[in-house]
Amino acid sequence: MKRIKKAFTGLKSLAVGLGVTGRAFYAKNVTVIYPKEEVDNLASYRGHVELVGKEDAPDVPKCVACGSCAKACPSNAFTILCPVPPKEGEAASDPPVMGPAPQRGAKTPSKFILDFSLCSLCGQCVKTCPTKGLRFSNDPYLVSFTREDLKLDLLARLHSQAANSQPVPVPDTESVDK
Amino acid sequence: MHDAFDSAIRGDLSSARFEPGPTEDKLILSMGPQHPSTHGVLRIMLELEGEYILRAEPILGYIHRMHEWMAEQKTYLQFIPNMGRVDYLHAMAWNWAYAGAVERLAGIEVPERAEYIRVAVTELNRISSHLVWWGAYLLDLGAFTPILYAFDDREQILDILQSATGSRLTYSYITIGGVYDDVPDDFRERCIEFVNRLRSRLPMYRDLVTDNVILRGRCEGIGVLPVDMARRYGATGPVLRGSGVASDVRRCEPYGVYDRFEFRVPTYPEGDAMARYKVRLDELEASCDIVEQVVSSLPEGPVTAKVSRVFKPPKGEACMAVEGARGKILVHVRSDGGLKPYRVKLRAPGFSNMSLFSELAQGVLLADAVSILGSLDLVIPEIDR
Ligand code: SF4
Ligand code: SF4
Repeated sequence: MKRIKKAFTGLKSLAVGLGVTGRAFYAKNVTVIYPKEEVDNLASYRGHVELVGKEDAPDVPKCVACGSCAKACPSNAFTILCPVPPKEGEAASDPPVMGPAPQRGAKTPSKFILDFSLCSLCGQCVKTCPTKGLRFSNDPYLVSFTREDLKLDLLARLHSQAANSQPVPVPDTESVDK
Repeated sequence: MHDAFDSAIRGDLSSARFEPGPTEDKLILSMGPQHPSTHGVLRIMLELEGEYILRAEPILGYIHRMHEWMAEQKTYLQFIPNMGRVDYLHAMAWNWAYAGAVERLAGIEVPERAEYIRVAVTELNRISSHLVWWGAYLLDLGAFTPILYAFDDREQILDILQSATGSRLTYSYITIGGVYDDVPDDFRERCIEFVNRLRSRLPMYRDLVTDNVILRGRCEGIGVLPVDMARRYGATGPVLRGSGVASDVRRCEPYGVYDRFEFRVPTYPEGDAMARYKVRLDELEASCDIVEQVVSSLPEGPVTAKVSRVFKPPKGEACMAVEGARGKILVHVRSDGGLKPYRVKLRAPGFSNMSLFSELAQGVLLADAVSILGSLDLVIPEIDR
């Protein structure tokens, strides 16, 4: 008797389980088959950081080469270079010697490299920037065979973004002319 | 316990040096993946007599990453991303414990809206953590389908959390003084939608798994943990509540704004694997209740207090306990007045819970040991730190 009861509860469990999985079998597919399809919620995704261009000149970064982001970064992911001002009495060398930002007299970075292989996407750099010159890109598809490729030249990225983007509305030049 | 040792193979399980055993049936078995590149690497050395376990000893340290030491090398703000990587399943709770400890140290007042958002994201994260545990536990027990359902639901949470925090797993969202950024405008609707969805799915979970005879056979009466032993080992969280003690940091020493919300602290007195299982499933509902209350009463206002870019808390020390998905998380920060913490101590609940395993696994079948181990819900990166 006990055995029959046990077999019966077992069968009931089986039927219930099959019912649940059976329903799921006919439900809508929820998986996004990645290489063939892509997800559509990337607008809120925090990809690697990138430079923000000025509103009136999208290929000029807002960055003033103060170096705070490089200092705030837990992983030392930034290399920001500016020309070192020549010492007194010395002629400026050509090409100029580069040193890490900040450098006296340098108001824009000459090189802005992010080593994405080090970055942990924590956002300290974005938070700390006094000019709001950094933001997160929405690019999750960074694939590379070497670490070198992940050293992203953010200035070049900004320039190509500015070149590819729609022409920004021309600022009201007339009022300037007059 | 001592009788078992007398007939056991003499030797040290940690260094794996043994003398020949008394009989031929004794067997030393190393359980668990050992490659450093796999995640969650816990190795357990078992001494077996036939299929019964005489001794079980967890061996740790395979993914020790020196988080506490790293804290001493970084500034207070720079250490935040580490917290998300201590326990990748409930990153928010660790974020909060560290930020809270530093706030106590520096006497920072957190804006109300930030406190509410913290509760909402931490509870969502707790649900996702329990869902992963649920799926993985059943996978350990040999049921494959549930993890797919659990991940389907978890994915919805990750989408919500991504829209607020930008990341899907290792958050650095809770910062010193508040949260990193405000939640998006549709946060409330999405949370309510998710809560309703999960509530409608829970009966299905119950039918498919909780009431299943096979699961009951594998969990009921397995790994019974008496309250007394739980206390001695310092067990916390669902493991302790599964032994009938209604201890929850959110209730016992409320932090943030938890004292403003109604929620149940589920307990089951049996102390077996099934009790721990039921506690976690009930907590899914409890967390849903909290999320619902938070988002329907979310106050307006700033989301972060003013914290200087060059942050230097005064000399002193502070401590903060938070209820994580696995139990009581405690962060103790000591400052010498400089830019970097002098010492940060992280108390991981998983470590105490795992220590119970040697005790619980003695004398049980090998397959039951797997069930016991799963019911403790261990996240190894947290244990190794
Ligand atoms: S903190 Fe901002 S302004 Fe300063 S170097 Fe970095 S990006 Fe440029
Ligand atoms: S997101 Fe964090 S780790 Fe990445 S570059 Fe910025 S500060 Fe460094």
